[in-house]
Amino acid sequence: MANSNVVLHVADVHKRFGGLHALADIDLQVEEGKTHAIIGPNGAGKSTLLNVIIGKLAPTSGQVVFDGNMLTGRKPYQINQLGIARVFQTPEIFADLSVLHNVMIPAFAKRDGTFTLNMLRSLDSETTIRQEAEHMLEDVGMLNRRDMHAGSLSRGDKRRMELAMCLIQHPRLLLLDEPTAGMSRHDTNTTIELLKKIKERGMTKVIIEHDMHVVFSLADKISVLAQGRIIADGSPDEVRGNPKVQEAYLGGAH
Amino acid sequence: MTNFMSRNDLLLFLGFAVVVLAMPIWLTPFGAGYPDLLQRFMIFGIFAVGFNILFGLTGYLSFGHAAFFGVGSYAAVWSFKLLTLDAIPAMIFAVIISGLFALVIGFLSLRRSGIYFSILTLAFAQMSYNLAYSVLTPITNGETGLQLTLNDPRVLDAALGQTFVGQPVPTLLGQQLGGYAGFYFCAGFLILSFFFAQRVAGSPFGMMLKSIKSNQTRMQFTGFNTRPYALSAFVISGMYAGLAGALLAVTDPLAGAERMQWTASGEVVLMTILGGVGTLVGPVIGAWIIKYFENILSALNDNILAQFWSFLPEGVADVVVKVTSKFVGDGWHLTLGLVFVIIVIFLPGGIMEGVRRLTAVARRSGPPGAKSHQPQPAE
Ligand SMILES: Nc1ncnc2c1ncn2[C@@H]1O[C@H](COP(=O)(O)OP(=O)(O)OP(=O)(O)O)[C@@H](O)[C@H]1O
Ligand SMILES: [Mg+2]
Repeated sequence: MANSNVVLHVADVHKRFGGLHALADIDLQVEEGKTHAIIGPNGAGKSTLLNVIIGKLAPTSGQVVFDGNMLTGRKPYQINQLGIARVFQTPEIFADLSVLHNVMIPAFAKRDGTFTLNMLRSLDSETTIRQEAEHMLEDVGMLNRRDMHAGSLSRGDKRRMELAMCLIQHPRLLLLDEPTAGMSRHDTNTTIELLKKIKERGMTKVIIEHDMHVVFSLADKISVLAQGRIIADGSPDEVRGNPKVQEAYLGGAH
Repeated sequence: MTNFMSRNDLLLFLGFAVVVLAMPIWLTPFGAGYPDLLQRFMIFGIFAVGFNILFGLTGYLSFGHAAFFGVGSYAAVWSFKLLTLDAIPAMIFAVIISGLFALVIGFLSLRRSGIYFSILTLAFAQMSYNLAYSVLTPITNGETGLQLTLNDPRVLDAALGQTFVGQPVPTLLGQQLGGYAGFYFCAGFLILSFFFAQRVAGSPFGMMLKSIKSNQTRMQFTGFNTRPYALSAFVISGMYAGLAGALLAVTDPLAGAERMQWTASGEVVLMTILGGVGTLVGPVIGAWIIKYFENILSALNDNILAQFWSFLPEGVADVVVKVTSKFVGDGWHLTLGLVFVIIVIFLPGGIMEGVRRLTAVARRSGPPGAKSHQPQPAE
């Protein structure tokens, strides 16, 4: 069973909210450099699974191991510093700051760590980080919006910006919770291209998506979640052909 | 443009310094050009600038900052009593003590956020206030207040063989700090305080504080431990409060517990909101306006009002005097409350928002060629 390439291992995780068994006996192995898609109907527990991974929620039982480090019990900021970044389902951004600053902030976390008292340096002298942020914005096609108030962006743009905020940290593991929801077809395709490009650089990704076009363009492996359980996993072709999946999720629509 | 400070920041700083130093001139027509009031403008300006680093940048609303102000005053007076009448050691001592005090209270209060944080700070400040009147009377001299006497040891002054005749007063290198000397001494500190606040706001650290205010959860998922950031902001603003308290003791070497009361804590909140939360100059302007009107309105009485309204017919004048008298003298807080309510409802960004709106209107009605390309500044 022990696969040396496994970088993220979710082992026997359960999560209960009162009477609701939101995650039941989840066992998930994500291989280094691969794109692992998690699909499933609304309320299946997909976002809850990501919340457990990044330390937003503690699992009722079970554990999460990332690259030999036990994540369970660590604080969210410690987990991020280990190299895990996440795009949220509802954008988590700094709405009061400019787009450029939104993207610069994570770069500071990467460079300076969890806390630095750098109050006498001027932000204007941080040219390296500024340029990095501008390149990142260019990559997601938002350089022309760099001085805008992040709060006034469209939903799709907020998401692209949040992606840039994650990518600037060069995480080892990128978690994406419906990264293309709210985007136009054109922006969706740009994002797919961008995510493919990142993959060439060897970044591991877990992606939650309802858009099957996105899933099948990106995923190396798919796990299907329904009512808190993994009901199937395998390569995209295996999953597509699985009758249980057809019934639970795809509903013959594809 | 240097890397040290952008051109705009430099201009703002120079403009601020000029306005402050020229206050004795331009405030004279407003009846405020005398040292006693000018000193208070400086002192409460410092208090508000520091408070804004916590409330304006980080978003944590403390209702207990008067405690640090009071601690600063006591520490300064003790320095005058035990060490020397020179003001500089007193200021340093006061800033260190209030910083340590803020470290403890901040550490405990920042375990909570939002309203719970505010209530914790309020509770700690009221505790300090009550302690000052009870258990701590050996340090605070209770209701009488801590003051200088001829019998104080003043070991440094004694070692230098300095003796004083009459009531001891704080000095700077032997010069007495009364009147305009006191004003310029305080003004120097306000300008320094403003400069430091400007640096903090324009630093990566300042950006982290603003991000905490904007979305603390995101900060945590971005790899920042937000607690020490908020605690640093808390301690810095506590030290500002201590500095202001110490200056009050320099200009009037008497420290009483009443300056730690919750009304004093509330006053700095009002100053900051009135001027404009999160802006650099707003809180200072808020402090000046409140201190100015406190001074003018609380000095008015029925006789002055009667004279003022004497152009009205007799019966009407009586009524008007009766009504307006409720808003002046001791009732000036009523006016303050009204002004505050009006500002919060119509100008939630304070006076600075009013200024921004006016300049926007002026720009729009300006020449069409001067169309400003402004994609919403992000602060
Ligand atoms: N913090 C919470 N407290 C209580 N119940 C929760 C909490 N978070 C999620 N749930 C419940 O757990 C279940 C799974 O939710 P989750 O958000 O993980 O679903 P999802 O698969 O991401 O769905 P969607 O596709 O709609 O985003 C839902 O029934 C939800 O109501
Ligand atoms: Mg979800």
